[in-house]
Amino acid sequence: MKYLCLVYYSEAEVYSMSKGEWQSLVRECLACGESLRASGHMLGGEALQPVHTATTVRVRNGKVTTTDGPFAETKEQLAGFYFIEAKDLNDAIQVASRIPPARLGSIEIRPVRDLHAELAPNVE
Amino acid sequence: MTEQTGQDVRQLVDSLYRSESRRVLATLIRVLGDFDLAEEALHEAFRAAVEQWPREGIPANPRAWLVSAGRFKTIDGIRRRARFDASLAEIAERLHSEAVDPASAVEEELEDDRLRLIFTCCHPALPQDAQVALTLREVCGLTTEEIARAFLTSPPTLAQRIVRAKNKIRVARIPYEVPPREALPERLDSVLQVIYLVFNEGYAASSGASLTRCDLTSEAIRLGRLLVELLPEAEAMGLLALMLLHESRRAARTSPEGELILLEAQDRSLWDRDLIAEGVELVTRALQTRRFGRYTLQAAIAAVHAEAPSAAETDWAEIVGLYDVLLKVDPSPVVALNRAVAVAMLNGPEAGLALIDALLDRGLLTDYHLAHAARADLCRRLGRFGEARVAYERALALTRLEPERRFLLRRLEELTQ
Repeated sequence: MKYLCLVYYSEAEVYSMSKGEWQSLVRECLACGESLRASGHMLGGEALQPVHTATTVRVRNGKVTTTDGPFAETKEQLAGFYFIEAKDLNDAIQVASRIPPARLGSIEIRPVRDLHAELAPNVE
Repeated sequence: MTEQTGQDVRQLVDSLYRSESRRVLATLIRVLGDFDLAEEALHEAFRAAVEQWPREGIPANPRAWLVSAGRFKTIDGIRRRARFDASLAEIAERLHSEAVDPASAVEEELEDDRLRLIFTCCHPALPQDAQVALTLREVCGLTTEEIARAFLTSPPTLAQRIVRAKNKIRVARIPYEVPPREALPERLDSVLQVIYLVFNEGYAASSGASLTRCDLTSEAIRLGRLLVELLPEAEAMGLLALMLLHESRRAARTSPEGELILLEAQDRSLWDRDLIAEGVELVTRALQTRRFGRYTLQAAIAAVHAEAPSAAETDWAEIVGLYDVLLKVDPSPVVALNRAVAVAMLNGPEAGLALIDALLDRGLLTDYHLAHAARADLCRRLGRFGEARVAYERALALTRLEPERRFLLRRLEELTQ
């Protein structure tokens, strides 16, 4: 079963860390990725640049509009993701609780959809 | 085969449904891996029993028979539908091959199914109102209408809540398992919260005319007993003790006219001594484990009250001491308020009032009616009637429960006389 673990934290808080704190967090995240690879959970994952580097694209009536942002006024921003394979939700919760920024912000666990299965006939 | 036997069998099946249907369901959910399939299978199994037992006789182990019948009926059903859908054939074959015949399972494993069901219904990934609804529906076997009535919501709203919860269990794949040792404290706490919420909803209905809603308190106690039987953890015993000790005062808690009577004014001869004895025994066992928490401590406090011959002869020093420990485990303003009231009984109203005012000054409990009611009571005892009146009025404006409103109104009237 595949889950996407979305990592959220307050950029304001994390980016005001001292250099030492920041580096030790980065080291921890690298080690976490390694250990998840070793346990066979890790399918992929990346850390993201801060939200002010983001671009939003929309297509309306065939017309593409590009803006900066998202501008949603949220306390926590999306900071990265882990794409994992887990036995079930309890296993995924175990994995999420090992992701270092879980201590600073939160991890949202989303089961992934199987689009092919949704197109298969006789789906209730 | 006489008519009489047919009726006897029907009666037996009815009584089996009452006593065994939840156990059978719990096992069918594990075997079939799906709540809705299991419920369908449960009804098929009981229907088959009514048809077959008069002809074939009553099986030696009716519960195992029901589980087997439910499983086979479901596999048959899926196979029939599979003629039109090849993907179902695979599911039917998998169910057929992987599940060991449940009739051969050991008793212990079947008991575990009931625990699995409880932990799944109370999984913290589900919203709490859904945990409550699902537990009452699946573990207690209440109907959607009964649960909706108890919680003053509409049946469609409640049904929707249950459908969503089952959907999340399936889609997010919440496993059907008893949590491992390291996850047990958090997961057990979630179960205890659900049970206590059901109890409180029944004991002091948060709104409405009646002060107690009997069936919810007895469902909660039933759940508490089941949990202690299946998983005798200290806090499970503590919660059951707490509920029993509260329940023991039911008859003394309201007057024949339905008016609220406070602990200090209750006729203690009306307290149920059997429930108290059972509660005290459970608290003692829970305290001995040294792994107890807030439920056990609250039960220990309730036990001190239960064993006191009158309010004046209560061991208030012991109660304050227990609140001190409770406050360390559960540093909430409500616990601090209760401790303040106990301090007032031990060291006089002035001491208690100072603590309550300190809480209110910190902006805590500003909207909690019992904080103002407690303040009013202490002011009244100190002869500060003006302040007492203001506090009673504040409490009155905040409470939603009719008997509490009437109680506060009576106190206000006494002040003006």
